[in-house]
Amino acid sequence: MDHRGYYDGFGGAFIPEILVSTFDELSAAFQKAKRDPDFWQEYKEIMSTYSCRPTPLTFAGNLTRHFGGARIYIKREDLNHTGAHKANNVIGQGLLVQRMGKKRVIAETGAGQHGVATATMAARFGFECTIYMGEVDVRRQRPNVFWMERLGAKVVAVKDGTRILKDAINEAFRDWVTHMDTTHYVLGTACGPHPFPEMVTYFQSIIGQEARKQIISREGKLPARVYACVGGGSNAMGIFSGFMDDPVELVGVEAGGEGLDSGRHASRLSSDDASIGIAQGYKTYFLQDSDGQMKETHSIAAGLDYVGVSPILSHLKETGRVRFEAATDRKVVEALSLTIQKEGLIPALESSHAFAQAFVEAPTLSKQDCIIINQSGRGDKDIFTVADAFSDPGWKEFIMQKAEEYNA
Amino acid sequence: MLESYIKNKRREKEILLMTHIVLGYPSFDDCFQIVREMVDAGVDLMELQIPFSEPIADGPVILSANQKALANGVTVQQCIDFSKQVVRSFDIPFLFMTYYNILFQYGVKDFSSMMSDAGMYGAIVPDLPPEEGEEYLQAMKSCHLSPIFIFTPTTPDERMKKIASCGEGFIYCVARKGVTGSQTDFTSEFHGYLERCRKATTLPLALGFGVKDKEDIDFLTGKADIAVIGSQTIRLVDQKGVGAVGEFIRGLRSQIKGAEK
Ligand SMILES: Cc1ncc(COP(=O)(O)O)c(C=O)c1O
Repeated sequence: MDHRGYYDGFGGAFIPEILVSTFDELSAAFQKAKRDPDFWQEYKEIMSTYSCRPTPLTFAGNLTRHFGGARIYIKREDLNHTGAHKANNVIGQGLLVQRMGKKRVIAETGAGQHGVATATMAARFGFECTIYMGEVDVRRQRPNVFWMERLGAKVVAVKDGTRILKDAINEAFRDWVTHMDTTHYVLGTACGPHPFPEMVTYFQSIIGQEARKQIISREGKLPARVYACVGGGSNAMGIFSGFMDDPVELVGVEAGGEGLDSGRHASRLSSDDASIGIAQGYKTYFLQDSDGQMKETHSIAAGLDYVGVSPILSHLKETGRVRFEAATDRKVVEALSLTIQKEGLIPALESSHAFAQAFVEAPTLSKQDCIIINQSGRGDKDIFTVADAFSDPGWKEFIMQKAEEYNA
Repeated sequence: MLESYIKNKRREKEILLMTHIVLGYPSFDDCFQIVREMVDAGVDLMELQIPFSEPIADGPVILSANQKALANGVTVQQCIDFSKQVVRSFDIPFLFMTYYNILFQYGVKDFSSMMSDAGMYGAIVPDLPPEEGEEYLQAMKSCHLSPIFIFTPTTPDERMKKIASCGEGFIYCVARKGVTGSQTDFTSEFHGYLERCRKATTLPLALGFGVKDKEDIDFLTGKADIAVIGSQTIRLVDQKGVGAVGEFIRGLRSQIKGAEK
């Protein structure tokens, strides 16, 4: 691997020697596919027949009137097959796996969306599939575990470390160093060693390409701002990349958890709590202590509950091209609730972070402005967490009844 | 320095033993006891692992030792203090094994000076390929420390040569794919791999991953310079306590004819 994927000092490929050949092979396959015009054509074809691309750009008239500021548009990645932007990346990597002739895929998952997308792709392409998921996330995103297993994937609950997304990534790497001959690791976000940040961004850039065309055809101009939630950074990189060279303000929204002061959050770029480090194969901002040990993170959204962040976003933070904000769990649930009531849309808890920040800023913008919020996924998977957040009595009663039925 | 130590020792012994402990696991007192047992039983060099929260190259046994050490509050400073103590107390070379973030947070240059002050011989950093190691290599060199690099069965011949040109002391040859701690089949295919390693460098070869008993060591004798026992002694301490270590180590080589030539 000659080009090591550095973005102003962030990125790189800090990989165990045993994987160097595998990464060389992957980099070569990706570069070759990128140069092949048929590849992107094939990718777009599948995404428009198997998934729902192009996904619509929805004008949120009621929310716009409610806030009385900028005109609010929502990019509907929730309408992808399996309900999130994760499908974009997974189908792209699936095509590469076919080209590389491998027969098995593995993946980590936090919210379970990437796991479901990978299991779906594996079913469709005929690959064997194992998904690693932190034990804590298995519990909070149980519906997705059910679907992964129905789709034929083996779901391994990871009981090491903090038992969330980063620990699932470590476990997936451990599988990969053993089975790399037959297996591709479908990393789910724009993190990890080179070429993953670049490759995942490449597949997700379809979001930004569409969104830019759609807003110009609807509004005849560019948006003032674009909002995306940031876990590892793939949906954000996807939509931002469509506007990178435009005079458009790009806003990444991280998990504020119980508040930045509480220490219980997952804000790497919008808080002062993170510092530059090297883990999980790449160099970026991590939430770590002064010895370099990774800290425990917290978010209501499993998909944002991660210690690191895309090295490309770390770079864009340093250059000032992207502004980073944090939304707290409480504000996120409020934003979700408002979006459901006003627009009949159910964003995922992850995506609701982008909504929460956009709702803070929309009233301060002029009525002539428009903004885009990336709805990275749909919220059905969050039914247990959201029901708890609203302390929904009817739901509780239903669950208790169901438990009684099983016990009978 | 390390290389000549190994080559000299090899004149006395057919194969050398390197063992591995995770610092602060089960406790620093136990670690000191384990080092004593190992040195008394004839271990020739030791890897001291500074625990890290994300040890991606390690399997369940060492992973769990890392996590338990950190849960007990083990800090990098405590690991350094401990190393100084064992270097003063025992007359074998000690190496650090850890992941790159530990060095990076400490400051790569400072880490090397600290190692040198402590009397350590070198370091093994499994997530640092030579391509990412420019600063590290310079710092280690200026402190006359040995950066130990790794060969694996998936490493092509050309790359082995390149890696060997950055490494010093010895080359750590990983026996197989996978993480530390699981079973290795020492088969004939494996023989071809060791021959490739031997061709690529004049540095001594250490062989690790899955080496666990006398049978494995017998197989490696004459093929590698150093056998590395990693997870197995940690497992042993977990199951039978610190007191079992010395006897286990003695049993590994005792029968070898001319082990102490
Ligand atoms: C719906 C949804 N949005 C966002 C994310 C966060 O990932 P990323 O930052 O890579 O887009 C996830 C991750 O699981 C997700 O499921």
